[in-house]
Amino acid sequence: MSYHSNADLGGQTVRGRIVPEPEGELFHAPWEPRVMALVVAMGPTGMSNIDMNRAARETLPNYRDLSYYEIWLAALEKLALEKGVLSDAPPAPKLVLRANRVAPVISKGSPCSRSPAGPARYALGDRVRTIAAKPAHHTRLPAYARGKVGTVERIHGAHVFPDTNAQGLGESPQWLYTVAFEEKELWGAQEPKQHSSISVDAFEPYLEPA
Amino acid sequence: MSEHEHHPRGEHSHAEHAHAEHSHHEQPRDAKALELRVRALEQQLTDKGYIDPAALDVVIDAYQTKIGPRNGARVVARAWCDAEFRRWLLSDATAAIASLGFTGRQGEHMVAVENTAQVHNLVVCTLCSCYPWAVLGLPPTWYKSAPYRARAVKDPRGVLREFGVELPETTQIRIWDSTAEIRYLVLPQRPAGTEYLSELALASLITRDSMIGTGLVGRATSATGATGAAGSAP
Repeated sequence: MSYHSNADLGGQTVRGRIVPEPEGELFHAPWEPRVMALVVAMGPTGMSNIDMNRAARETLPNYRDLSYYEIWLAALEKLALEKGVLSDAPPAPKLVLRANRVAPVISKGSPCSRSPAGPARYALGDRVRTIAAKPAHHTRLPAYARGKVGTVERIHGAHVFPDTNAQGLGESPQWLYTVAFEEKELWGAQEPKQHSSISVDAFEPYLEPA
Repeated sequence: MSEHEHHPRGEHSHAEHAHAEHSHHEQPRDAKALELRVRALEQQLTDKGYIDPAALDVVIDAYQTKIGPRNGARVVARAWCDAEFRRWLLSDATAAIASLGFTGRQGEHMVAVENTAQVHNLVVCTLCSCYPWAVLGLPPTWYKSAPYRARAVKDPRGVLREFGVELPETTQIRIWDSTAEIRYLVLPQRPAGTEYLSELALASLITRDSMIGTGLVGRATSATGATGAAGSAP
């Protein structure tokens, strides 16, 4: 089955200005805070994990026509149906977020670091090449950084692997690295030169020795 | 592009235009319909025993009044005033930030990156809208918008210009694409002429955008920076 993300935007030609926004301007319609809170409150219920949520959002066929809170809403509706939550016999939620538990649940968060299954394959300063293949499922290696050579700049330990977690195939923790690329490696010799370098956070299966 | 295969021929530019306008104001064309959809979903999830509506009110209040960019400003101001804290922040941001009481959701794994005369840091999430909620609160609309996510990695100087920021050609721009669960906080440069300001006064100068990398912290003026540039802080 083919899988396509409509959310992988890095480096694409997109029209429209970037419009700065004052700090206090959080919402632009009365329903938006409700959607934000629904997404936060559905987390502890165990209906879906963060990677399933992202997969549900990025595969919305009209992703590019929706505002961000519309994307969240549409993905939440889709997942609630898919996971049987709206059926006549919904699975029991793992935990229902109550008002008095909101502060502790937010301040605890959901750390994604896990014990590694083995030693890290790469060390700081190693040259690595990202895989070129486009997988047929949710992944977190952006298209602009596929098949590119970069340098390992940071090592973050092992984290939940989105590629499996999004498919309900388990967390299968993988080493996570910050890999930095020169602009020329990603975009060719563009003019005017930006004098920039760009990093992605890449899981070990996204990398090969360069 | 496959992104646009679903657009009937000829409607493409219209759709992009609508999106751009829409990202600005986020004033949906069908506000009433959306309102009803959200209410229906909340009701269904409540009926199925998944949601306690009272908790939603508390979540909204938390992000309107407690968890926002004033948290990050306190972290930055502390780092400017306390060399030991700055070192800690740069070596273990999660722990250093937690020591000020800012932890949890979308801040579980923090990295702080420091602007210098040589390097300017810029944070983006090209794949979705990953953002350090624990220190900056909810992301602004432009951060989640297609133009920012598309251009920040390829044309950072053009993006900065849209925010009124022009950097010397010799400054290296370092872009951090938040593609996993690491969340980045930019430690902006402390402006000259602020040596005698208290930590609290410094914090009021620090804008949200300066902690994403799309802004610089300005010198203190009689009007005091943050109120004008940053709007009302929670």
